[in-house]
Amino acid sequence: MDFGFTDDQRDIQRTARDLLAERATPARVREHAEARTVDQALWRELSELGWPGIAVSEEYGGQGLGQIELSILCEELGRSLAPVPFLPSALAATVIEQSGVQAQCERWLPGLASGETVGALGSLSGDGVAELVIGGADAQVLVLVDEDGTGLAIAAEDADVTPLQAIDPTRSAARVSVPDGAGESLGDVCVGLGRSLISVSSELVGVCERALEMTVAYVKDRKQFGVPVGAYQAVSHRCAQMLLDTEKARSTANFAAWTADADPERLAEAAAMAKASASDAGREVTAGAIQMHGGIGFTWEADVHWLYKRAQLDAALLGGAKRHRAQLSAILADKVAASATA
Amino acid sequence: MDLTFSEQETAFRDELRGWLAENKPGPAPTEGDDDTHYAYRRDWQRKLYDAGWAAPAWPAEYGGRGASLTESAIYFEELGRARVPMAANVLGLLLGGPTLMVWGTDEQKERYLSPILSGEEIWCQGFSEPDAGSDLASLKTRAVKDGDEWVVTGQKVWTSGAQYSKWCMLVARSDSDVAKHKGLTYFLMDMEQDAVQVRPLRQITGEAEFNELFIEEARIPDANVVGGVGNGWKVALTTLMNERAGLGFALQIRLRQLLDDLIAKAIERGTYDENADSLAELHVRCESIRLLAWKGLTDVERYGQPGPEGSLVKWLWSDTNQRLTQLAVDIVGPDALTSGESWSYELLRARGNTIEGGTTEVLKNIVAERVLGLPRLKVAV
Repeated sequence: MDFGFTDDQRDIQRTARDLLAERATPARVREHAEARTVDQALWRELSELGWPGIAVSEEYGGQGLGQIELSILCEELGRSLAPVPFLPSALAATVIEQSGVQAQCERWLPGLASGETVGALGSLSGDGVAELVIGGADAQVLVLVDEDGTGLAIAAEDADVTPLQAIDPTRSAARVSVPDGAGESLGDVCVGLGRSLISVSSELVGVCERALEMTVAYVKDRKQFGVPVGAYQAVSHRCAQMLLDTEKARSTANFAAWTADADPERLAEAAAMAKASASDAGREVTAGAIQMHGGIGFTWEADVHWLYKRAQLDAALLGGAKRHRAQLSAILADKVAASATA
Repeated sequence: MDLTFSEQETAFRDELRGWLAENKPGPAPTEGDDDTHYAYRRDWQRKLYDAGWAAPAWPAEYGGRGASLTESAIYFEELGRARVPMAANVLGLLLGGPTLMVWGTDEQKERYLSPILSGEEIWCQGFSEPDAGSDLASLKTRAVKDGDEWVVTGQKVWTSGAQYSKWCMLVARSDSDVAKHKGLTYFLMDMEQDAVQVRPLRQITGEAEFNELFIEEARIPDANVVGGVGNGWKVALTTLMNERAGLGFALQIRLRQLLDDLIAKAIERGTYDENADSLAELHVRCESIRLLAWKGLTDVERYGQPGPEGSLVKWLWSDTNQRLTQLAVDIVGPDALTSGESWSYELLRARGNTIEGGTTEVLKNIVAERVLGLPRLKVAV
């Protein structure tokens, strides 16, 4: 029983954090957010380092590492809000690799692993339309999943892609519509979808962690009535609550990441727990960050709102907390029924 | 990250599970008074002791098994899973013994440890006072040196098992002229003397798990000082740090069982769908508690000290147990509001969870100050 990362995993985490602290500085993130542009130089650098293919198998040009390693990168990129299409592209690769036939894997994965191809993952709301696909405007391949757990892959040029201005400007977004008969079926995408939920959850954990760090630094520094506001329990207890929410989300995200490779039978349950927990935490913790920053937190100039906006998009991505609790409640009912008949 | 047990840990679990299956006691007596119930727990401890399962975490030289932290957690998980009662001398086993192992003299260890383990001598904890709850170091019970004895006068509260106890872990003020944390001494007080009066403290469930102690010039020999005169705060912290270490795992399993019972009940009564969202949220919380408890253990094994998880786990557990028992009122219906029914008992008992062993408010302060490094508000004295 060991909840810690291995030495190799800690190395990945440290290297990623150091690199992003240097490259994805708040000023750089702001510049791209305000211009709504991808940081192409950073994306190239990350691609050269092999990040986009970290969990893609070696036969398709990736590094063949597991969900834990992918989750570590997602968390670090969430912390930094780096304006690169890493998460959408990784989600698309995950679903294609888990569900696609060999020809589909051969067609898309090498490009996604090298970063030359950018992908995105969206949910179809019926009639072949995905209303809000994060990263959709930059993607060359779109993976779209249905409510019933089936999916399709489609090249961007074969779909109708209408760019949207989502509230999170650190990544592009688009409305995607699939013409009748276009795209290739990926069949049952449940495993890829479960893993995708974990990646999104890990990114949310990183967002929460950063929001809490910024808040703690601010309330230690900001004085009112002659003392740092962080000394008031109304403030410090909210910060404690933000930590609890973050750690709760982290515990379920890490558990799910471990489960994906080590105990796949529990993947659906663990992924639903992780996403329910992280979606709630993302909203609560980043809202707390704005509130604890007071007036400054409501200004465009302070950086906390970027975190809030990212959290809102991620919390909704592939379904919010309520949907995943509904999923979980169905699994729980089945378990009770099974143990009753056993 | 590897969330599976090692071969040795699995063997430990299987041995214990097998033993519990063969030896666990029948259901607790529903007839009879507190004494009957206590006798039932004392018999159970004797059975554990005879089989070498009373305190596996204790080193072998003191009659334990030298179990690792993980094995110790497994021990409490398995006891919880088997739904067995708590050993009668739980405070001696979890708090008193380990405190003596750190601070006791060789003579004290020789004299006290063995009867703790066998349950022959029961221990209780005399820390809190009517005016010293969260601010424990402000306690007023006085200890005055008289020859080679100490004369102790004061009042203690929330002392569970006092009526059955031979020894009390007592913290008293031995010096009023120094800073409040510095004037305290930790004693082992013989409860079998007229100067110590025990009065049951009736709680909102109607029963009396706890007592008040009225101490009027009780006598304690100098040999019963633990850890040196004036060092009581440090010794008391050792006791308090042991308080949550193991027990958390038993509580966590108990919560899980209550939730499984509640889910089954909701399905049975046809109200599962309308409560599905709340039940799923409780499931997520239960799993988080389990995961955070195990993570805390990993940190202790790796870094030698607990991370912030201890306070977070207790906070999350107590809050979750209250939500669960409150939801049970909606799901179970009138039984949960009828005196004497188990769900109504759980509902009322849960109110104590966010107070006992550190209030949620104090836990939030601990998290804010020691984990997040926020400044402490200076209160005018």
